[in-house]
Amino acid sequence: MDESFIQTMSLTFRLAFITTVILLIVGIPLGYYLSQTKSKFKPVIETFVSMPLVLPPSVLGFYLLLAFSPKGAFGEFLQENFDIRLVFSFEGLVIASIIFSLPFMVHPIQSGFSALSKSLKEASYTLGKSRFETIWFVLLPNIKSSLLTASVITFAHTVGEFGVVLMIGGNIAGETKVASIAIYDEVESLNYAVANQYAFTLFIITFAILLFVYGVNKSMVRSEFK
Amino acid sequence: MIKINIKKNLNTADGVIILSVNKEIKKGDFLTLFGKSGSGKTTLLRIIAGLETPDSGEIIFDDEVWFDGSKKINLPPQKRGVGFVFQDYALFPNMSVRQNLEFALKNKNESKKVDEILEIMEITNLSSMMPHNLSGGQKQRVAVARSLMSNPKMLLLDEPLSALDHVMRAKLQDELLAVHKRFNITSILVSHDIGEVFKLSNRVFKISLGEITNDGTPTQVFANQNLSSKFKLTAEVLSIKKSDILYIIELLSHNEIIKVTATKKDIENIREGDSVLVSSKAFNPIFTKI
Repeated sequence: MDESFIQTMSLTFRLAFITTVILLIVGIPLGYYLSQTKSKFKPVIETFVSMPLVLPPSVLGFYLLLAFSPKGAFGEFLQENFDIRLVFSFEGLVIASIIFSLPFMVHPIQSGFSALSKSLKEASYTLGKSRFETIWFVLLPNIKSSLLTASVITFAHTVGEFGVVLMIGGNIAGETKVASIAIYDEVESLNYAVANQYAFTLFIITFAILLFVYGVNKSMVRSEFK
Repeated sequence: MIKINIKKNLNTADGVIILSVNKEIKKGDFLTLFGKSGSGKTTLLRIIAGLETPDSGEIIFDDEVWFDGSKKINLPPQKRGVGFVFQDYALFPNMSVRQNLEFALKNKNESKKVDEILEIMEITNLSSMMPHNLSGGQKQRVAVARSLMSNPKMLLLDEPLSALDHVMRAKLQDELLAVHKRFNITSILVSHDIGEVFKLSNRVFKISLGEITNDGTPTQVFANQNLSSKFKLTAEVLSIKKSDILYIIELLSHNEIIKVTATKKDIENIREGDSVLVSSKAFNPIFTKI
């Protein structure tokens, strides 16, 4: 296996891993908030979270490109004050992936929290436990399978993302060139053998991940309800 | 003693009703909130626990202000120190029976207390089991045990026996009464079972559409005091059958089926499924030595 293949694959999985970890940290409080709130702004927040599901990736990529560009106000601000450039950089890809994969993390967590009986939370409160203790010791352990599903789908979805990555990251080897871009690139250059190497690797890894999730979830469900 | 003087608008199936309560409850009382579903009895219990907020008024426990609408004081449930037993028991599915009780401890070093409560509730043998492996009656015992862990000032019970069969119910009613006496606690029970009310409580609020319409001992609330009868018992009407000029009524009282006769006039307002108070004068009893 040549070096550029390994470099591209490791970049792809590093991007997916970092995105998943950050989204897990963001998704738990956001999913909890959406499952509990009665605020009139809930539909607005839900719409923003769900937008990436239906929006063409190139649309999202286009606006992110404009926002991150050093010629725009936000991009210029970042460049001047923090020396951060988000277009055509790995950091930019991470931020774009977080926005793009947000619904895949938040939805399973939100429905996991919603499915728990309200009395679990209330019982913990009447036993004198704070909201944080309640979420950490009572609620989260009981939505383990939702957390696993959310993380894996987010991870897999980030691995497979194409449009946003192409718009905002381009195709810089070792910096923004991920596997899905590489496949496109190799096909364009008629290197079908290399393209197949990427494609088949992704195929096998995705299959293995999903098989693992369904296997683990089944045994989790079994231990909860037997 | 707890002073409750609150108002809250409730959206129910019958439209908006106003829950309006102004009462005092003495320490050591076993009070039942009795009424149809949608009357506001569970909401009142949840308001006392701090799980719901009244629109206005005040709740004062001894000298501690739990709620004061005008001063914007609303003590959260964590600080009220009440034990609450939920209708679905709300045992934490990820914790064993023992861990459920330990979670309720304020100080993690008091594991002796867990053993003690497990013993009192006779559930020591269940301590390593997970909640989903317990029967309804066992879950109920664990839920009561857990609510007692933090020495609550009051025990609030939201129809804890409604999902159980008659035999289990009678047994757990005895246990609740034993717990109430042993811990010398103030208990408030939500129930719509008249038998349960008579067996457990020394005071009843009969609630209808958000208003307390009767307040007194179970006999005062449910029985006509002017009745000079010698026997009284509460029962559920199982069947009413016509037999010549009389009616034969089958009644269920404390798991026993009783057959009595009645005239048409006696049963004018009574239907199958109703709860009734049956009384009789002292004539013609038959004695059988057992």
